[in-house]
Amino acid sequence: MEIDFSRFHQTFFEESFEGLDVMESALLKLDIGNADSEIINTIFRAAHSMKGGAATFGFLDVAGFTHLLETLLDQMRSGQRAVTQHDVDLLLRSVDVVRGLLTAARDSTAADTQSVEQLRAELEQTLLSAPSDKPAAVSAAPVVAAKASNHWHIRFAPHRNLFRGGNDPLRIIRELGTLGEMQVTLDDQALPSFEVADAEDCYLAWNIELHAECSRASVLEVFAWVEDESDLTIELVQEKAAAAVVEAKPEVTKPQLAVIQGGRENAAPADAHKASSGESGSIRVGTEKIDSLINLVGELVITQAMLAQQAAALDPVLHEKLMTGLSQLDRNTRSMQEAVMSIRMLPMDFVFSRFPRLIRDLAGKLGKQARLVMVGESTELDKSVIEKIADPLNHLVRNSLDHGIEMPDVRLAAGKDSSGTITLKAAHRGGSIMIEVSDDGRGLDRAKLIAKAKERGITVSDNAPDGEIWQLIFAPGFSTAEKVTDISGRGVGMDVVKKNIQALGGQVDITSVDGRGMTIMIRLPLTLAILDGMSVSVGEEIFIVPLNAVAESLQPRAEDVKSIAGQGRVVRVRGEILPLVPLREVFHLGSGITEPQKGILVLIESEGRKVALMVDELVGQQQVVIKSLESNYRRISGISGATILGDGRVALILDVGELVRANACDQAA
Amino acid sequence: MSAADVSTQARANGTRDIASAKELEQEFLTFTLGDEEYGVDILKVQEIRGYDTVTKIPDAPDFIKGVINLRGTIVPVVDLRIKFKLGKAEYNAFTVMIILNIERRVVGMVVDSVSDVMHLASEQIRPAPEFGGAMDTRFITGLGTLDDRMLILVDIEKLLRSQDMALLPPSTDSATQH
Amino acid sequence: MTRILAVDDSTSMRQMVAFTLKAAGFDVVEAEDGRVALDLAAKEKFSLVLADVNMPNMDGITLVRNLRTMPDYKFTPLLMLTTESTPEKKMEGKSAGATGWLIKPFNPDQLITTIKRVLA
Repeated sequence: MEIDFSRFHQTFFEESFEGLDVMESALLKLDIGNADSEIINTIFRAAHSMKGGAATFGFLDVAGFTHLLETLLDQMRSGQRAVTQHDVDLLLRSVDVVRGLLTAARDSTAADTQSVEQLRAELEQTLLSAPSDKPAAVSAAPVVAAKASNHWHIRFAPHRNLFRGGNDPLRIIRELGTLGEMQVTLDDQALPSFEVADAEDCYLAWNIELHAECSRASVLEVFAWVEDESDLTIELVQEKAAAAVVEAKPEVTKPQLAVIQGGRENAAPADAHKASSGESGSIRVGTEKIDSLINLVGELVITQAMLAQQAAALDPVLHEKLMTGLSQLDRNTRSMQEAVMSIRMLPMDFVFSRFPRLIRDLAGKLGKQARLVMVGESTELDKSVIEKIADPLNHLVRNSLDHGIEMPDVRLAAGKDSSGTITLKAAHRGGSIMIEVSDDGRGLDRAKLIAKAKERGITVSDNAPDGEIWQLIFAPGFSTAEKVTDISGRGVGMDVVKKNIQALGGQVDITSVDGRGMTIMIRLPLTLAILDGMSVSVGEEIFIVPLNAVAESLQPRAEDVKSIAGQGRVVRVRGEILPLVPLREVFHLGSGITEPQKGILVLIESEGRKVALMVDELVGQQQVVIKSLESNYRRISGISGATILGDGRVALILDVGELVRANACDQAA
Repeated sequence: MSAADVSTQARANGTRDIASAKELEQEFLTFTLGDEEYGVDILKVQEIRGYDTVTKIPDAPDFIKGVINLRGTIVPVVDLRIKFKLGKAEYNAFTVMIILNIERRVVGMVVDSVSDVMHLASEQIRPAPEFGGAMDTRFITGLGTLDDRMLILVDIEKLLRSQDMALLPPSTDSATQH
Repeated sequence: MTRILAVDDSTSMRQMVAFTLKAAGFDVVEAEDGRVALDLAAKEKFSLVLADVNMPNMDGITLVRNLRTMPDYKFTPLLMLTTESTPEKKMEGKSAGATGWLIKPFNPDQLITTIKRVLA
């Protein structure tokens, strides 16, 4: 049969990469000296599956290499080999090598043969030192069949329980017949009388004379499945002495056999391709399919809102049934939206799981000691956000280890545990997710940061609040380490980290205590597809303010608003002086009120800074589906996207981060 | 002729042309701006619509009217009458918008009116003269003549890609031209 | 129609087996571990079960042992998919009640030949 295996390759690669991740995180969990057998089993299973698949799909280098891993793991699993740090390190490095081999196979590029060979040699060396003498070859080549016509005398006497293993002696004998010519004699001496015989037992035996050009191995192979469930003798009789043939009875079956055969269905491979339901617990679906589903549901939500708005003008008494139907539609659409959104959700563990390895490797390189504590790994987040947050988190964790955690002797001198702790935390907070990266290292040095900022020509007030000083580390080209290490001083800086988080609609805040460590808090929207918004109006236009950035809204008194020469206006809100930013002026709109006391101030907050956004009116709060402006137009400063309102009109969504940044800069501290 | 009729006709003609595979014949949707008649490659036209409520975009040039909701997609609208200072930029029940679809980007274009679909064989198309009408000759691929009508054939892709419109991302290769 | 239950935690292996069997005219139902397979087998009687040995939740050997206790599967061919590096698994599988085994890697022809042989 010709079957193109390449159709399964993508699945194989996907599951193998997943398998490697599983192996890696399990290896990191292994407690040296007190290894959990279930964890070893998990690692073994992953290697084993990968080997089987690789061999089947023809990726022989992967199969060969994973075989070595499997052998090593099997020894650990069966207790023949103690789990040592050396072996775990070796396995971890092997995971990387296999990843490389798989990537090369997937992309049809050349693998790094040097590191493969080097590690292969190490693995073989390690296996040699093993107490066991297991063979390390991938395939034990079967014995080559001899080519000479032989006469075999075979006695096949199955044990009584043969049928219970699903085997059928007649099938085996028929198969033997395919090897050459044979005479079969039935031996029914053991058959008891009909009333005592158990129909489920096998009482028969056969004597077979086989004339075939085959080796003992191929004869044995026919009986391979029943070898242990029968008394089997296979004797090579000289061709000349082949006279001892008894009367050849045809194959007879007794009633009990017929019963058993009746219980088995006939193979009827005739009409093929009847769609079968491959039922299984999960299916793989392309993300674009999910995205289009999300878009459609978004449309549905908008249509539903449109209908509701139209219906609001109708008399509820006269249109009672319509109203009931509409409110049901409302509920159903909401639940459908939630259900569809949840398809895209992945646990944070997806990103967190890479850090144990990272910290372990990095700490080793830096000569530091560190442990990782993870909290809330199961917190779910939209797949697209997860993918985009991975790099910034990676950078922050590296930064904590490189710049935050001190060398062991320094820590001891400071009265701390020689081993530092880095904590990764994720939790849902309202419509957002909070991710924290904290360490118990030296913390940020206020004086040093201010000095550095001045040196770089960044204006900063000596009295600025801590929060503002800490944000300096996100300034472009700002690095707090005396020397740039290859760990975190590489290429991208913290400014890029912050930019990436902001691009996701997120915010970063820092707290730090000198000598005690620092915490970086990232607040991200749960999804990039919907947003809780407050709609505000300016003249004819409606804008959406992301609700999570709104601190409060109020109507100012005329005496609380002050003009500062050359710096616009400020407003005093409970003792706090905030820049007053009329949205009308920001976007150069032709209409809208101009006197603050006639409008509404929406206090928006980002990165610890606030501004008072002046609008005409608050229109309402609603969940909106975020649409891209950039897919057909381009990015607009101060605007993060657009949405469609209940009446079908487009409303723009404000980019709070950008608005605060642009307007709080003018603010004299 | 109503906008909807033109739209249907445009689509029907478009398919027929592909089916007959006459390589040398091209079809153009014709529209007017002021006194001039223009033609745009029918294959770039997605549909024709009446003018919708437009949401203004901050800090956009005046000829970009804003964005509309086209069945859930946010689509920018450009008014060529303002861009080329032709005709009166009025918006009423008769205002027509040609929805273009170029490289999967969708843009709405307001014009004075849409007339019909014209088939032009290659011999009916002459190169653009050095001096042009209101439109920069860079954006004109040629002049089409049919009986006593003269059609200015617009390279709409190049026009939308031009620096001051920037409604399509700048192209790196010049092969997109005719 | 002959319905076969294919059990493997590796999606690619399962797909390959299912595809090959379907191409040969069999009806195939897939399960990703022993537990799922056991549930499916309780709902309908399959003509043959093909199970990987190493699987999470319930391994192939436990699956076979469980199936053999069910009246419907007393004599049904139950084949294990195994690799040569685990010969002891063959014996373990046999004592649990497996009919036989198929050694990985196998090609479609070997798979079909074995299945047809068992179902003949």
